[in-house]
Amino acid sequence: MTNEMERVLLTQDDIRRAMTRISHEILEQNRASSDLVLVGLQTRGVHIAKRLADSIERIEGFRPIVGTLDPRLWRDDPEVASGQPLMPSDIPEGVGGKPVVIVDDVLYTGRTIRAAMEALLDFGRASRIQLAVLVDRGHRELPIRPDFTGKNIPTARGERVQVRITEIDGDDAVVLGREG
Amino acid sequence: MAARKLAITGGRVIDPAQGIDRIADVLISNGKIDEVTAGTTGSAPDGYEHIDASGKIVSPGFVDLHTHLRDPGQEWKETIVTGTRAAAFGGFTTISAMPNTDPVQDSAAVVDDVMRRSAADGLIRVLPIGAISIGQKGKQLAPMGELANSGVIGFSDDGNPVTDANLMRQALSYSVELGLPIINHAEDKKIGAGGVMSAGTVATRLGLAGVPAEAETAMVARDLNLAALTKARLHIPHISTAGSLIALRTAKESGVDVTAEVTPHHLTLSDEWVYGLKGVVPTTVGPEAYDTNTKVNPPLRSRADVEAVIDAVSEGLIDIIATDHAPHAATDKVCTYNEAAHGINVLETAFSSVFQLVDAGKISVVRLIESLTSGPATILRKDIGSLKKGFSADVVVIDPGSKWIVNPEQFESKSVNSPLAGVELTGRVVTTIYQGETVFDLSDVVASAGAKQ
Amino acid sequence: MTNPTTAAGNNPAGESSNDASEEMFVAPRQHLLDLDDLSVGEINDLLDSAEGMLEITGRDIRKTPALRGKTIITLFFENSTRTRVSFEQAGKILGADVINVTASTSSVSKGESLLNTVKTLQAMKIDALVVRHPHSGAPYFISNHTDASVVNAGDGMHAHPTQSLLDLFTVRNNIGDMAGKKIAIVGDVLYSRVARSDILAFQKMGAEVTISCPNTLIPDEWTLGSTLGDETGFGGLKLARNVEEAVDSADVVMALRIQQERQDAGHLPSLREYSDRWGINAKRMALANDGALLMHPGPMNEGVEISSEVAHGAQSVVEEQVRNAVAVRMAVLYALCAPGKSSRIGGSESNSGNEA
Repeated sequence: MTNEMERVLLTQDDIRRAMTRISHEILEQNRASSDLVLVGLQTRGVHIAKRLADSIERIEGFRPIVGTLDPRLWRDDPEVASGQPLMPSDIPEGVGGKPVVIVDDVLYTGRTIRAAMEALLDFGRASRIQLAVLVDRGHRELPIRPDFTGKNIPTARGERVQVRITEIDGDDAVVLGREG
Repeated sequence: MAARKLAITGGRVIDPAQGIDRIADVLISNGKIDEVTAGTTGSAPDGYEHIDASGKIVSPGFVDLHTHLRDPGQEWKETIVTGTRAAAFGGFTTISAMPNTDPVQDSAAVVDDVMRRSAADGLIRVLPIGAISIGQKGKQLAPMGELANSGVIGFSDDGNPVTDANLMRQALSYSVELGLPIINHAEDKKIGAGGVMSAGTVATRLGLAGVPAEAETAMVARDLNLAALTKARLHIPHISTAGSLIALRTAKESGVDVTAEVTPHHLTLSDEWVYGLKGVVPTTVGPEAYDTNTKVNPPLRSRADVEAVIDAVSEGLIDIIATDHAPHAATDKVCTYNEAAHGINVLETAFSSVFQLVDAGKISVVRLIESLTSGPATILRKDIGSLKKGFSADVVVIDPGSKWIVNPEQFESKSVNSPLAGVELTGRVVTTIYQGETVFDLSDVVASAGAKQ
Repeated sequence: MTNPTTAAGNNPAGESSNDASEEMFVAPRQHLLDLDDLSVGEINDLLDSAEGMLEITGRDIRKTPALRGKTIITLFFENSTRTRVSFEQAGKILGADVINVTASTSSVSKGESLLNTVKTLQAMKIDALVVRHPHSGAPYFISNHTDASVVNAGDGMHAHPTQSLLDLFTVRNNIGDMAGKKIAIVGDVLYSRVARSDILAFQKMGAEVTISCPNTLIPDEWTLGSTLGDETGFGGLKLARNVEEAVDSADVVMALRIQQERQDAGHLPSLREYSDRWGINAKRMALANDGALLMHPGPMNEGVEISSEVAHGAQSVVEEQVRNAVAVRMAVLYALCAPGKSSRIGGSESNSGNEA
């Protein structure tokens, strides 16, 4: 499914290894946390969060709660939001007093994460919020930094980083293409 | 002022009253018609001013039996001055002022005042119409004899119908010895039940209450029967439905003394114009819909009714065209459809709009001119509407090929409530002469092109 | 005199359009005046969005900053507590400032009042006007005189698009895909903007719509026992001969409120006769499909168009309709007022690589 304009940055195996590593890192930093909550951002972040939960379950024997969040209404730049309609958010039992890891596919300007953090406040006061992303492509516009990163990929602004995951796109890959 | 000598040469002279339709010259002096020549010399005799009408149509000035001047009482909408100017621009040299003014023209005092001011300030001839009932309230007859003495050409409570059948019968009966027609606005308001446009598909889609055609036909039938009973003269204003025509035909065939008029808008616009797209039917309703400039009484009808009245006027079943010129100010039109006043501004577009029917082959130009000149003159029983020797020199020169775009902001009328804004029409009055004087010349208008008022 | 050239995008033949194109939020849509110019895709997007909004209305903290700094005015010329309150709530949950203006149509000089009111509001910078007016076409008129987005909250007998959207939302959440399903609408059609909008809405989503009501409450040119052609704008609408025929095998039965004014105007001998002949009761409901939904836009005249038994029965989703109203209106207000709603960078299918 790649065409000449695209370059594969991460293959399916690369992604699998990255996720396994991130799972271990999350566990390391959240040692006593049986009430850990992974909050995936719609849409692909949700699936990544689920896979991380599966992986953590395999490693440690407990499965963190997976919540979904659509931070659309908290964005300061809704014009870059995708054309998809608003999706329901769902965080079973809220986040009050619990450690939370926000999970997303690509970290870029940081605005989505800022919106997500503010949206999260309406679900309670987390004891700690961390951030896990599959890809960090740089060009931050806000003081946001990830705690767990699959891969750092420096990019130019005109480039497009596309994360494909099987549940939605049919295969797993991270691909770099030209804008437009 | 009347000493002017004028020769209008080389035009196609159409004078239905005399059966004239030929290239000829029209010679005028002292405000009267001297002669319609056998052929054209192409030039004016010595001492005559010259209007070259080659390529044009020359006709008697148009005669309107149905005009709302709004004066006295609603002078912000129109006045005798602006109304007669608008008439001249539209080629009308005679108009008939409907009495629904404020005060109503139901007494000699009011009628005489309107006549005096029209003679003094009006640009063209204004004839009075008296009310049928006092205040047009439909309860008690107006002093019809007194009004006849003041010169009214007929009686009407327009825009109210005479709902009391007995009063209508008495009015018809009383009018017989005066020899003047009763002009009843035929509308059964109970059948109409608060409708604001014609009932039908358009009304249903737009969610507007509809008036069925039967609201008109029911009362037309009543009036025809009463006219037959009383042997009076009945003139049906703004007839608009196929159903009314059926009854009209039967009545005429059985000898009822009835005449009928149709408006230019009922001949050319259908209820589909309410969508605001000049008659185009859209798949979705847009913000141009609910065009209040289409709100009129009787309402714009279905296309089938439009076709029926076109055929009827072409055939002569409908005798004449009359404008029902009804100016309204912005406060009465820039609002919701329900709130808007009924009425269309017609005088300046009347001829051109119906002239499109000639191009479309639906009516002959001779019949069209007849319906605007000798037809009305016959109903009025007056020596106008023709180029006969000795008649008032009321003449219109028409350029049949002239294309123009209607712009109500440039109307002479004080009001702009026309649904034809932006529509391109072919055929236009270019010169209007009244009693031998030029009261409208298009080249002057084009030259000055100043904002009105 | 008909101008043969068509206006941009319009079809002169007057066919009703069941446009199945899946364009999402294409051009910035400024107003919601009626559903007839929304595509199926746009309607589905609004309903999808309403799901997200519905979840927010269920939270403890029902507030988002999405429309913060926006001003929404509800301009109601007719009384309506429930519709106004749901719009107000919708705006407030989205973080907008909502101001309620009650106006009267019986003011000194008719049209001047509406035009002047709109112009006065226009002078204060407002983002949306939610309008309810007893005259059909009023929101269209208003949209020509203001820069704000106009939302039609009910105009005369013409349309009530947000009601239809919430009805579609309710049916979709219970039944799913509406294509081929049978919807029965029972009640006043001639005077009902809800009926008109619901017919158009359900037809657009591919459902088969049947109506039943007294002959006095349909337009004269419609005949009971027939199916309407496309030139009417409601092509495919079935007019049942009686209510049993309409509800038979229906998947949704929608009862519409019948008003006392209809009896006063001579359309009905009495509300009791209406109830006998058209009222939705358990016996009639039993003719519908198993699991058929019973709906009503509210407020209900129990005992007239709907029996108390079915109004509160197992098949009734009337309360759900009320709950869904806020979510759907949130979706509408957000779609119209959110800044830059129309542009899509990077496409919606492919990844949000440039977002985070």
